[in-house]
Amino acid sequence: MSHTADAHHDHHAAPSGFKRWLFATNHKDIGTMYLVFALVMFFVGGTMAMIIRAELFQPGLQFVDPGFFNQMTTMHALMMIFGGVMPAFVGLANWMVPLMVGAPDMALPRMNNWSFWLLPVAFSLLLSTLFFAGGAPAGGWTMYPPLVLQTGNAFPFLIFSVHLMGMSSIMGAINIVVTIMNMRAPGMGLLKMPLFVWTWLITAYLLILAMPVLAGAVTMLLTDEYFGTSFFNAGGGGDPLMFQHVFWFFGHPEVYIMILPAFGIVSQIIPTFARKPLFGYESMVYATASIAFLSFIVWAHHMFTVGMPLSGQLFFMFSTMLIAVPTGVKVFNWMATMWRGSMTFETPMLFAVAFVFLFSIGGFSGLMLGITPADFQYHDTYFVVAHFHYVLVPGAIFGIMGGVYFWMPKWTGHMYNEKLAKIHFWLSAIFVNVTFFPQHFVGLAGMPRRIPDYATQFADFNMVSSIGAFVFGVSQLLFVYIIWSCVRGGEKATTAVWEGSHGLEWTVPSPAPHHTFEVAPEVP
Amino acid sequence: MRERFRRIFQGAVYGPLFFLLGVSTAYADWELNMTRGVTPISHDTFDLHMIIFWVCVAIAVVVFGVIIYSLYAFRLSRGAQPDIAMVHSTKAEIIWTLIPIGILVAMAIPAAETLIKIEDTRAPDVTIKVTSYQWKWHYEYLGDANDPFVKSNFGFFSNISPESNRARQLGSGIDVFQVDNYLRDVDKSVVVPVNRKVRLLLTSNDVLHAWWVPELGGKRDTIPGFVNEMWFLAEEIGVYRGQCAELCGRDHGFMPIVVEVQSEADFAKWVGENGGAVGGGPAETPDVVEGTVAAAATGGGAGSAEPVDMELSFDDLMARGETAYLTNCSACHQLNGQGLAPAFPALAGGVITTGALDAHLDQVLNGKAGTAMAPFSYLSNTDIAAIVTYERNAWGNSTGDIIQPSDVQAAR
Amino acid sequence: MQPDFNLTGKLVVIVAAMFGFGYLLVPMYDVFCELTGLNGKTTQTAVEVTESVTDRRVAVEFMATVNQNAPWEFRPSVSKMLVQPGKLYDTTFFAKNRTEQALIGQAVPSVAPGQAAKHFQKTECFCFTEQKFDPLEGRDMPVRFILDPELPAHIETVTLSYTFFARQQLVAETSVIGN
Repeated sequence: MSHTADAHHDHHAAPSGFKRWLFATNHKDIGTMYLVFALVMFFVGGTMAMIIRAELFQPGLQFVDPGFFNQMTTMHALMMIFGGVMPAFVGLANWMVPLMVGAPDMALPRMNNWSFWLLPVAFSLLLSTLFFAGGAPAGGWTMYPPLVLQTGNAFPFLIFSVHLMGMSSIMGAINIVVTIMNMRAPGMGLLKMPLFVWTWLITAYLLILAMPVLAGAVTMLLTDEYFGTSFFNAGGGGDPLMFQHVFWFFGHPEVYIMILPAFGIVSQIIPTFARKPLFGYESMVYATASIAFLSFIVWAHHMFTVGMPLSGQLFFMFSTMLIAVPTGVKVFNWMATMWRGSMTFETPMLFAVAFVFLFSIGGFSGLMLGITPADFQYHDTYFVVAHFHYVLVPGAIFGIMGGVYFWMPKWTGHMYNEKLAKIHFWLSAIFVNVTFFPQHFVGLAGMPRRIPDYATQFADFNMVSSIGAFVFGVSQLLFVYIIWSCVRGGEKATTAVWEGSHGLEWTVPSPAPHHTFEVAPEVP
Repeated sequence: MRERFRRIFQGAVYGPLFFLLGVSTAYADWELNMTRGVTPISHDTFDLHMIIFWVCVAIAVVVFGVIIYSLYAFRLSRGAQPDIAMVHSTKAEIIWTLIPIGILVAMAIPAAETLIKIEDTRAPDVTIKVTSYQWKWHYEYLGDANDPFVKSNFGFFSNISPESNRARQLGSGIDVFQVDNYLRDVDKSVVVPVNRKVRLLLTSNDVLHAWWVPELGGKRDTIPGFVNEMWFLAEEIGVYRGQCAELCGRDHGFMPIVVEVQSEADFAKWVGENGGAVGGGPAETPDVVEGTVAAAATGGGAGSAEPVDMELSFDDLMARGETAYLTNCSACHQLNGQGLAPAFPALAGGVITTGALDAHLDQVLNGKAGTAMAPFSYLSNTDIAAIVTYERNAWGNSTGDIIQPSDVQAAR
Repeated sequence: MQPDFNLTGKLVVIVAAMFGFGYLLVPMYDVFCELTGLNGKTTQTAVEVTESVTDRRVAVEFMATVNQNAPWEFRPSVSKMLVQPGKLYDTTFFAKNRTEQALIGQAVPSVAPGQAAKHFQKTECFCFTEQKFDPLEGRDMPVRFILDPELPAHIETVTLSYTFFARQQLVAETSVIGN
């Protein structure tokens, strides 16, 4: 580590060409790479989703065989979670956290470079398995043994790529924690930090605590498969269920890793466009911290059906329901921020408002899923699929999109095309509901998830859902076009960009110069 | 197709409306809500589901109502002035922390009561051991002389029905809407008596699966090496359908479950027909029963009762073999005999299927140790004869061999 | 404003500790299972017991399963017994190697309901060690057990299930199926 001690910020002109990117240490360059990478993965994972929805358009098998279908569901999840949502959040943190706390760069710029470049390697490894004889991993992104041990040649690639993704996330998280704890401008007290910084600080701690556990779990899978251990093999004294416990001990914090930064983004956007400070700032911070704490004691609600003692079921039911309380506090605070504000509805605000509505719907179905006896009916059905897509698509992804529209003028120096962006918003907001709302119904009516073909009584809603998915998918091309044209040109953005903007990031010129805050700013 | 689009349009318009009103629609295909089911537990579960649903609706109406009003009333274009001083209210924050806690505690109590009932597996009238396989179910009725219905063990495999299995093949060209209970039909259903407590002991042969029939309330995972319990008491005679609910590999979508709830008399009759001793006087050896033989059960299907010395024609064997192959072999070796490299070898032009007959028969009967090839000795002689004949003469394998049930019997 | 490597170092230690914690969950899980009867795991070693017979009668069911279609016949000799907690009982399970090679297997016990697991004590069991079978050998394998009188009063039936696993190497070879 000592060689990075002399890391300083090069004042000569930024290297050009591929070296600028390959050897990037500038937080803005690395942030851009993270965001572009996430966008590419969003489309790779999205293509897989389109294949899934095409096969489910009608009952009967039309396009792909069941084995390939399982590869698609597995890979879609891995791409979207580890390739799309998480890198997008890290990219936003890279860009915005130093600007928000008045730091010249991330604390550990070379590690920052490394943590990014692990990702393309990890995903190349993982995607290469699609061309293997036995195909890509098909045991679900949850990797439950014994099924995942049947993966074949793709298995070590799956494990190794998860290791690399984990390392990348951990390094990114360490970097963010150190930046926030040590690089704040004088006067930027902890309780003065913008909420996006707060949510990321807590998310980073979650990553540091949860990702190593996942790494341990998949390492156990690896040694079970190749080195004769029996962690999860009942025949050798192990227990396949233990994997689920260890996995979800990581997995539930992971759920919040994918939503807390979106809470932060929305908490930046709503006050800006309501022209009014965030209501209940401190309670927002405490609510975020409580959610993070609770996330470590609720994991078994993902596995109620495995058969556990009554006391265990009761404990996990109560603790799960408790999470609704701090989450509710957040929603109420956003509500109160809008109350008696003076709102305008530029695209970031539209995404933020849609986030509040649609994430709440995902929260409601989450509350329903927490009722253990009802979960025995909901578990592993499309109701669950609808639930987590509501929190992830109009939740996490709308949060990211809102953030991109919110900060893009600062990144590029141009305003995006507001009219097209609004079209993009409305297409996304309408068709995300067309896609996922009917999945509640088929799930309640008894359609299990992860099946390539279904009984005919589920046909109609599936067709609706597929149509919604196709339109939603195609609409995202518009997003790419809007970003592309905003990078290329457009109306010049002012320094403040938005009328109601507030915070250090809006005091640097647009586009933000390569180096900012080399002299610590004055915090008002 | 047009008809379906019209119905989809109707459903898209009315569906959410009906759902919000809590009314079940007249369109069977537009089933919107959880089934109420036919067991006390499924009724309780349904009630909990509806309570929590309405709680969510009520909260949503209040919260969304306030937000929608704000979106309308507090906009710059209407000249709204921001109230910059409104940043904090301890009172409001305490209220909106305490109210949800109250609601949650109120919800948790009935949920806990239902859970306690679900866990009470005492005093069953029928006990069935359910073993999951990739990708079929095996049911074994556990009985002894003191049991009210089943006096001795018997069991059978339950596979997806041949009609569904044919239609579900990639590019089968069969209109699945014309197949009865597509993907929800089996070759042999589980039968249970009405108004009697049925306890299931669940375990697995290979990977995790989950046994789920929505009308009977709830699901439970099957775990290799471990035994799980669940129970149901069906209050209405009828046929209830479900399927595997835990990803279990390639054919996860194709392992349906069908439970027929019958009157006690019909059930007793069915038990008698399927090899289980029923009713009657005291059994001589109450405790000692046949038990399971390896992976298979003692009782086969109806086929096992057929005489060994029966001679079948080539065409009969091929026809029967095609169906039996579809049911028992095609999940791995595929309907076209091409297998799935690298795990499942092709049978078309295969070394075994075009090689020595003895070796072929031996492999089907006894499986191949160290591979995924399971022993199929539990099938009837006729089925095995038909399968082997079929495998040796289908897909361009033209050995011309005809295998009779007596040959199979001799090889056992 | 310079990065604080002290904090970085601490965070790296936390990461390493959490990786270790993942492994620590393994023994913790076993303890947890033992306390709660999760999964119906029973102790895999012989216990010393003294008989103290009670009047209660509890039904004990026996169940046998072979994992991964392994080439064994395996069944309980008796499917059900009525036992008194606090009294020692003997029973056997029959297993037969159906192949012409020597095989090694391991039986894994599981008890339902889970709360009964810690009250189901075995003084002798074929599941304590691996079992070797000569070609086509079949034999009865003994279990000597006692139900602890502390068995919760609401439990009326206890199911003892054994699953026979072929030794690991064999399992590993069969594992490439199904995707």
